[in-house]
Amino acid sequence: MWSEATVKMISVGILESFYMIFLSSFIAYIIGLPLGVLLVVTDKDGIAPRVSLNKALGVIVNLIRSVPFIILLIAVMPFTRAIVGTSIGPNGVVVPLIIASAPYIARLVESSLNEVDQGVIEAAQSMGASPMQIIFKVLIPEAKPSLIIGGAIAVTTILSYSAMAGIVGGGGLGDIAIRYGYHRYETEIMFVTVIILVIMVQVIQELGTLWSKRSDKRIH
Amino acid sequence: MKDKQEAVVAILFFYFIEFLDSISIGYEKADRQKIILINNFIGGGNLTDNRPMIELVGMGKEFVSKSSTVRALDDINLTIHEGEIFGIIGLSGAGKSTLVRCINFLEKPTSGAVLFDGIDLGSMKEKDLLKARQSMGMIFQQFNLLMQRTALQNICFPMEIAGFSKKEAKQRAKELLEVVGLSDKAKAYPSQLSGGQKQRIAIARALATNPKVLLCDEATSALDPTTTRSILSLLKEINQKLGITVIVITHEMSVIEEICNRVAIIDQSRIAEIGEVEEVFARPKSKIAKQLVFSGETHIDTFVGAHKCRIIFDGRTSFEPVIANMILECKAPVNILFADTKDIDGKAFGQMIIQLPDEESSRKKIYNYLNTNKITYEEVM
Ligand SMILES: Nc1ncnc2c1ncn2[C@@H]1O[C@H](COP(=O)(O)OP(=O)(O)OP(=O)(O)O)[C@@H](O)[C@H]1O
Ligand SMILES: [Mg+2]
Repeated sequence: MWSEATVKMISVGILESFYMIFLSSFIAYIIGLPLGVLLVVTDKDGIAPRVSLNKALGVIVNLIRSVPFIILLIAVMPFTRAIVGTSIGPNGVVVPLIIASAPYIARLVESSLNEVDQGVIEAAQSMGASPMQIIFKVLIPEAKPSLIIGGAIAVTTILSYSAMAGIVGGGGLGDIAIRYGYHRYETEIMFVTVIILVIMVQVIQELGTLWSKRSDKRIH
Repeated sequence: MKDKQEAVVAILFFYFIEFLDSISIGYEKADRQKIILINNFIGGGNLTDNRPMIELVGMGKEFVSKSSTVRALDDINLTIHEGEIFGIIGLSGAGKSTLVRCINFLEKPTSGAVLFDGIDLGSMKEKDLLKARQSMGMIFQQFNLLMQRTALQNICFPMEIAGFSKKEAKQRAKELLEVVGLSDKAKAYPSQLSGGQKQRIAIARALATNPKVLLCDEATSALDPTTTRSILSLLKEINQKLGITVIVITHEMSVIEEICNRVAIIDQSRIAEIGEVEEVFARPKSKIAKQLVFSGETHIDTFVGAHKCRIIFDGRTSFEPVIANMILECKAPVNILFADTKDIDGKAFGQMIIQLPDEESSRKKIYNYLNTNKITYEEVM
């Protein structure tokens, strides 16, 4: 029912969306995971309390998180151009996606790690574990199921951000939906892209939940 | 060039120290073994060479927050000897957990000192402190096992931290599973184990790095009486077979009776009383000790009758039918109002409250009988 060109455009859009989501999720986790760990361990009741560092990190995280993504996207454009050479297309969107989602991921990681039973941490301390050993052998492994759930939430959030980036010509499915639906009133194409986005969110969320349940040894 | 020289000197110096260490440790070990042998030979139950393992000197702990200051421990002086099972008992909030956490410096005391095997923990560098903690196993009321690891992996955990090789850790973990009688649960996750089994795994884990001391904070408080008894007898066995000093924190007198040699009673952040368990049970001095020992007699004063007398069984008299003989000899009837006797190390301890006859002559006879037979008693009003 559609021309070959339309089908191709949508497939490219899907690939671009995947590219943006996974690249930015990956890099955002490289920043957000350590940041989240730092937020937990430097807390005043954490395993390596550094109250002023903790406060400073908390303020930075909150600051970035309070800027609406669409504004952040435009505000960091000069920075984006300086780094990847362009502020449009998938590559131009990855930079603001990372900046916006890393602090969000840090908070998700923080809340997952805070779920780890204080008693287990105390037990590790009583065995002479160093803060590093506690992070890698207790906090992260014990919080793994919750971290995976958090991961699915982060990826779906990044997916919705990336769709928003269509407004500035960010490429991917969101871009198509806005160009055809909003500018040209070709609602059919918009409808299809939105459905694909919905399916992607569902699949990522379901896979995350399944993986988390599979890895959790607490319930059998 | 100069760096290299310095490094060589440092390494030589390190080996020299190690060498000295090994000599002194070797000497101590030989000595200790001799003592164990002699003890076993003469049939003496517990090791009584009185080498201090843990010394608390004028130790205090304050928790300071913006709004208030809580003095959780005050002027604690306590010496726990190698090889003994030492009990610490007190009511909720007395400071027991804080005390045990100060022993391995999970909580830093705000005054006084903690000596572990003669070394002041407060003077240690962080790294040495972590090392020292590997010589102090700890078990908890809530077991605190890693939920995402199997039983075997849980036991391997402290060995990973101490830097054992994977193979060595696994080997030893299997042996320890056998010690605690759970070889068949190696692959089970904590969520698949009962409370008692979890505590056994926790004990195996605490023993993994060959500690000198085992700290137990309310280790049986989440278990039913039968499981409690089996865990306590495991602790006793560990103490006797491995010579590990055991420190038991509890709010239950029955736990102290069951396994401890000596006991300290903590009340409102201070030590109210320290002594041999038998002594404290037979003749509690402080108010809190009396409260804990005679906890079952709160309703005594509601008993009718003017003349009441508490007879205390202190382990010497209990095998004779004291009361029966007394009645026969004095030819006077008595009424038993309350009795609470317990078996400790094969001897019975406890107390009995009897109602004496109204005639003064009969009462005198009874007191005479008690005096001549050296039975401890006191009049109760
Ligand atoms: N981290 C802390 N900050 C402030 N106060 C504390 C802290 N830990 C303990 N305390 C206080 O110290 C006192 C002793 O507490 P602790 O936990 O040692 O009692 P406990 O004898 O173990 O009681 P329980 O039998 O209920 O476990 C309590 O008044 C408690 O509120
Ligand atoms: Mg406690």
